[in-house]
Amino acid sequence: MRNRVTGVAEKTYIEAIRDGIREEMQRDDRVMILGEDVGAKGGVFGVTEGLQKEFGEARVLDSPLAESLIVGVAIGAAMNGLRPIAEIQFQDFIMPAVDQIISEAAKMRYRSNGDWGVPMVLRSPFGGGVHGALYHSQSIEAIFAHIPGLRVVVPSTPYDAKGMIISALRDPDPVMYFEHKRCYRAIKGEVPDGEYTVPLDRARVVREGTDIAVFSYGMMVHSSLEAVDRLAADGFSCEVVDLRSLRPIDREAIVASASKCGKVLIVQEANLAVSVASEVAAIISEECFDSLDAPVMRLGGPEIPAMPFSPPLEQFYLVTPNKVEAKLRELAAY
Amino acid sequence: MAMTRTETKARAGLDAETLRLMYRHMLRSRLLDERLWVLNRQGRAPFWISAEGHEAVQVAFGMNLRPQYDWVAPYYRDLALTLVLGMTPKDHILSVLQRADDPNSGGRQMPAHYGCRRLNIISTGSSVGTQLIHACGIALASRMRGEDAVTFTSIGEGGTSEGDFHEALNFAATHKLAVIFLVENNGFAISVPWQKQMPTQDVADRAKGYGIPGVIVDGCDAIACYRVAREAVKRARRGDGPTLIEAKVLRLTSHSSDDDQRRYRTSEELESDKERDSLLRFKATLEELGVLTAADADEMRAELVIELNEATEEAEAAPLPAADTAMLHVYAEPGDWRG
Ligand SMILES: Cc1ncc(C[n+]2csc(CCOP(=O)(O)OP(=O)(O)O)c2C)c(N)n1
Ligand SMILES: [Mg+2]
Repeated sequence: MRNRVTGVAEKTYIEAIRDGIREEMQRDDRVMILGEDVGAKGGVFGVTEGLQKEFGEARVLDSPLAESLIVGVAIGAAMNGLRPIAEIQFQDFIMPAVDQIISEAAKMRYRSNGDWGVPMVLRSPFGGGVHGALYHSQSIEAIFAHIPGLRVVVPSTPYDAKGMIISALRDPDPVMYFEHKRCYRAIKGEVPDGEYTVPLDRARVVREGTDIAVFSYGMMVHSSLEAVDRLAADGFSCEVVDLRSLRPIDREAIVASASKCGKVLIVQEANLAVSVASEVAAIISEECFDSLDAPVMRLGGPEIPAMPFSPPLEQFYLVTPNKVEAKLRELAAY
Repeated sequence: MAMTRTETKARAGLDAETLRLMYRHMLRSRLLDERLWVLNRQGRAPFWISAEGHEAVQVAFGMNLRPQYDWVAPYYRDLALTLVLGMTPKDHILSVLQRADDPNSGGRQMPAHYGCRRLNIISTGSSVGTQLIHACGIALASRMRGEDAVTFTSIGEGGTSEGDFHEALNFAATHKLAVIFLVENNGFAISVPWQKQMPTQDVADRAKGYGIPGVIVDGCDAIACYRVAREAVKRARRGDGPTLIEAKVLRLTSHSSDDDQRRYRTSEELESDKERDSLLRFKATLEELGVLTAADADEMRAELVIELNEATEEAEAAPLPAADTAMLHVYAEPGDWRG
């Protein structure tokens, strides 16, 4: 890992992503961005604000409203020497591009026996709790975490957001980089100035503990931390692990924390069936059977198509610190 | 923008050598194609999907592109094109026999999923239409580096119903990219005739909607194909943007070795297609022009058959991939291309 850090400043998650992109664009003129509204407007959330002004219209390209095109162009450009960032405005609208992602980007290296590859980053905001209703709230990362050939990462802190976007841009394979919308402005943290990277295949222990291991990613890491703090007041010691990378998933880190604590809660915003939580639970049941003191528990969204609009309905869907706390108490009492 | 119709005009300024070479390329592809059908029928190759009837236009483009500098995002009928650009009969026999040294994919993909790093022929998958968009990305990257490389991409007329066809043309035209879109219109998408695929017979008409030239060419007329290819490549290289070319070609075989077109086409139609075969027609034209004698053609064929026999023998002797190599190249391995 190269670290050329000159100072540290408090930044929001969104600033950290932008810093990482900007610095990498300054260092590497192969890096370009394309997506809907990424130029003059700087994206609907402002991630790419100011970048078109700094790097020009060719390197920060306002694409037509066509998701298969955005990803397919990024694939072609990557195969011809560029390092494109394809922005999909909301994860919900990735569907028209799924053929390009799964049939093309994910399989290019394999199907060419290593002769071709797709060094592309696909960035997209996901997650609910922003009054986005069914089509601006989804968490569909599991679809992509299922696919060999893709990397899928979800940073939860500004530090990781910057380090991981830089790593993603230097990775030779397609990286799906998902940003929880509620992290953008709510989550702040220390971000070093200058160049540093964060690995794309390692989980991180955010809080050490001994009684219950909590595995989570994205905004749910923060909800989990809030709940864990409340339990700490009652003398329960929880270990919180931020998975960060959903594919490849860090088996070693999962096994280490699950075996150490003996009790496990997996927290995600997505519905549970055939999800990241399912995979983490399966790994633990395969590798930690003898160390478990309780059934592995999971907390996630309900099995309904997506998050509804009206506040009581939206709240019903969301995994809140209160819900995490209740589940942790249930597990503690087991 | 007016649609241009083209016809054979004598020999398009082509010298005898070029014309003979063109015929040789077409014949080489046809002989290889026939050999691959034989291997399939003998049970030695599980699958083949043919270029028979599409060769003239593919050869015309192959001869006008600059191999290793220009870029190609082909589709599964483009056997003749890959040969002109520098792939060999042996390369494709290795693929049909699923050998480890198949340069397209190391025996991983079905045959006719072309790809060759050395020649800038990008790896192609099975999902119809995706390659047209890759061509746009490739052309965008060439432009960003200030290169005048041309990107060629192709598809069947059935594939033009996919959304990716529209997305690619819209983008290439909007950004005036150096992309050539070739539609090889053989009138069928497996069994579905063009009448059930689209409301008008000519795909090239759609170019109007994108403000780019749409050109129809008789894909059985090799010289006409050459003129059209030469013009489109020049136009793209000059920086004047994309062209949509529609070649009216024949599908002389069933869709693939798993299909039997006698179930949905009449025998009269199949017979009349055979008579319109571009190889027969081009040979007759060359004889008329005094460029090729029957004896020249026989000699050419004999040479090509020798090459083909050697290629078949070598490919059959080549090893299959080891089972444990199936786990490789999911992500970049040491030595893999890394961008
Ligand atoms: C997205 C997609 N849908 C369906 C298929 C199955 N399929 C393969 S070829 C084909 C017909 C294509 O016809 P056309 O585009 O006219 O090309 P031709 O084979 O006639 O050259 C179909 C339906 C596929 N490969 N990809
Ligand atoms: Mg067809």
